[in-house]
Amino acid sequence: MTMPDPLLSVRDLTVSVRDRGVVKPLVSDLSFDLRAGETLAIAGESGSGKSITSLALMGLLPNNVTVTSGQMVLGGTDLTQLNENQMRPLRGAQVAMIFQEPMTSLNPVQTIGTQLTEAIRAHEPLSRNQARVAAIAALRQVRLAEPERRMGQYPHELSGGMRQRVMIAMALALRPALLIADEPTTALDVTVQREVLELLRDLQQQTGAAIILITHDMGVVAETADRVVVMQAGRMVEQGRTTDVFAAPQAEYTRDLLAAVPRLGAGAARAASLPPKALVPVARLVDVKVHFDIGANFLGRPTHRVHAVEGVTFDIQPGETFGLVGESGCGKSTIAKALVGLVPHQGQINVDGKSLAGLTAQGRKDICRDVQMVFQDPMAALDPRMKVGDAVAEPLVIHGIGTASERHDRTAELFRRVGLTPDQMTRYPHEFSGGQRQRICVARALALRPRLIICDESVSALDVSVQARVLALLEELKAEFGVAYLFISHDMAVVENVVDRLAVMYLGQIVEMGTRDQIFGNPRHPYTRRLLEAVPIPDPTRTRLPYLRPAGEPPSPMRRIGEQITRLALTDLGGGHLVAPEAVS
Amino acid sequence: MAGYLLRRVIQAVLILLGVSFITFVLLYVLPADPVRQIAGRSATAQTVENIRQQLGLDQPLLVQYGRYLAGLVQGDMGRSYLQRTEVSALIASRLPATLLLMAGGIFCELLIGLTLGVIAAMFRGRPLDQALMVTSFVAVSAPQFVVGLLLLYVFAVQLGWFPIGGYGTFAHLVLPAITLGIMGSGWYSRMMRSSMIEVLRQDYIRTARAKGLTRARILTRHALPNAILPIIAMIGIDIGIFMGGLVVVESVFGWPGIGQLAWQAIQRVDIPIIMGVTMVSATAIVLGNLLADVITPFIDPRIKMR
Repeated sequence: MTMPDPLLSVRDLTVSVRDRGVVKPLVSDLSFDLRAGETLAIAGESGSGKSITSLALMGLLPNNVTVTSGQMVLGGTDLTQLNENQMRPLRGAQVAMIFQEPMTSLNPVQTIGTQLTEAIRAHEPLSRNQARVAAIAALRQVRLAEPERRMGQYPHELSGGMRQRVMIAMALALRPALLIADEPTTALDVTVQREVLELLRDLQQQTGAAIILITHDMGVVAETADRVVVMQAGRMVEQGRTTDVFAAPQAEYTRDLLAAVPRLGAGAARAASLPPKALVPVARLVDVKVHFDIGANFLGRPTHRVHAVEGVTFDIQPGETFGLVGESGCGKSTIAKALVGLVPHQGQINVDGKSLAGLTAQGRKDICRDVQMVFQDPMAALDPRMKVGDAVAEPLVIHGIGTASERHDRTAELFRRVGLTPDQMTRYPHEFSGGQRQRICVARALALRPRLIICDESVSALDVSVQARVLALLEELKAEFGVAYLFISHDMAVVENVVDRLAVMYLGQIVEMGTRDQIFGNPRHPYTRRLLEAVPIPDPTRTRLPYLRPAGEPPSPMRRIGEQITRLALTDLGGGHLVAPEAVS
Repeated sequence: MAGYLLRRVIQAVLILLGVSFITFVLLYVLPADPVRQIAGRSATAQTVENIRQQLGLDQPLLVQYGRYLAGLVQGDMGRSYLQRTEVSALIASRLPATLLLMAGGIFCELLIGLTLGVIAAMFRGRPLDQALMVTSFVAVSAPQFVVGLLLLYVFAVQLGWFPIGGYGTFAHLVLPAITLGIMGSGWYSRMMRSSMIEVLRQDYIRTARAKGLTRARILTRHALPNAILPIIAMIGIDIGIFMGGLVVVESVFGWPGIGQLAWQAIQRVDIPIIMGVTMVSATAIVLGNLLADVITPFIDPRIKMR
């Protein structure tokens, strides 16, 4: 059997950046072929050059980055030989691209309809009306509910998943031969990710387009790609059929990468020893509500109320890791904010037996000694103009602990403890890698010897190998400092690997709560099951059930003022496994 | 929308009330005595006292202010001390000229400023960009009377393209409008440049390029509408800065507007006129800002009026 000619053939591609006269390669000697109807994943961690490769194919490299050698032959044309005016007609028509951030990838001041028809009319000699018809057809194809109405809406009126569907509709409207998807689902919730990946697969079957999928997520690779190219630091380390690469990875890097991927089910192997129930929990939340009023009527009074958190009750025992999972907008981060007093709440929150309500400024400051936070983006969480040593020592200064030299010693000790060296204390945040920065944030959180550390998506922005190491560090510190964690995450696999107990949240309420084994071993609520079902599994041989759902407006915890939200009554299935009734709107 | 406007109008009235009070107090504590100005140097103490009583200037501050306010509510801004004419009539006769000059000035500063800003952003880091930014710096720093006299000398005296001063035809408007607009154009070119640079690195610009749109279309349909958003709010604030410029430019070009009126009134301590011009300017500034806020939601759908 002879293989048909490849649609795209990349040979010895080298892309370099020129920075103050120094030329540095970002991608070196990359070669691969792609046939029509095939999906190729380019996988790698940050800095591997996978995104630069996709931008090179589109001719969208930044000004100081150029293709310095090699070829990219698409349907007989070498893209490296084209100038901007020759490349432009190909973009969108022959090669189309969808990006990671659906929130920022659409023009905020133009309607969806304008942006879609414009893409079509840039390449096809259609009238406004004909283009409109084509645009609505494209929206229908990406299974977006009420396509006619979407045409008149602005991007901010749509959810992230809907916007990514619009991006896909825009990319596929002209039936390009090649679609490049750069981390298309990374910014989306898992259930939405599942839908979008399936949509891409279906559309590929209908249109016969070849897809290049850029991703860091080996689970996504396993579920979607026919073949995979693994990249590290600008070089290809391995290439092959996805099943082969997963079954028998040849390169050591691929093996390490696959080993570091958190997998569902791996957590069950851990010894399930719950810490004994203490008399006074580190934190106890009883019927906590957080509401935000929005909108304004004629008199400037709010018209709607967002029930961000609606009657949440749970406690965290000393030395325990308590997980809070759910999709964006479910209220998990709002609970974290309420716990440290950053948003006003109703109901009762006790930290170490002390009620958070009615505290004086001093009392609130004292609570901060017991509860510390580690955020998602360590770069944003550190002051870029403050030396990291000062940043870690700052909580000690604020609380007036120790003399300057004692603080210095304690900071140095903390640096050592999180795997850094004390001589790094005088550096600035930009001199560190993402993983090191998150270690600095952990050190800062530890400085006051808190009882509870809130990790709000603390490892979500890190590469998997780095993620694994930071998680291991958190686990060590837990035993050593006797600290409890509130671990907030959207990543079910990570959660399964670290938590003792967890609560699943949906629209501001807890739908299921229990120990790790109860939830992961015996999920009872349909939403919990759907979340688990949606997690990409890094095993290409696994078949999964289709998961069809038309994308309309996602349900929202917003109600008119005065209108009540249906409160879920949790029932105990035994052993503290609480579940909400299934009939949830 | 209606509720929003109502609240903004109430706010505006409060602001104007505050402005009127502060200005009134400042003029009251001023060491210059308006009665002396009216009576002339040779007047006896008795005459001075009579005039003072006639004008009600012997009353306590709050009584005077209350009287002024009562008049203001009925549309009566008082009479000029020296010309004995209604202040409202004086202002009304000069307002059209000033509004025309302001419109011309704003048009010039936006046309020059925004165009140069966009060009500088497109050529970011290159010599053209640097040259434009130096020019804008000069434009911001140059005193308006110098710019005005320079333009007059070159284009009116030497080249004879425009009349030397006065009011009436379009040709009369050109030089004063440019003079008024030059300083603002320096500001706007800098703001527009940084706003454009910010917008050009946004993801949706990359999306537009990935769609295969032409450069011109990306610029006009995607970059400009987003880059102009922060500028709109500035235009509202700008009207306040304009008022200072008007006094200078109207004097240099002999433009019969309220700037000139104000200048003369200040020299003669003609308090009713000073108050009147201040109130009219303050109203213009408040309206300008309100207008900017009302326009923004039409351009940026993310912003709602509340």
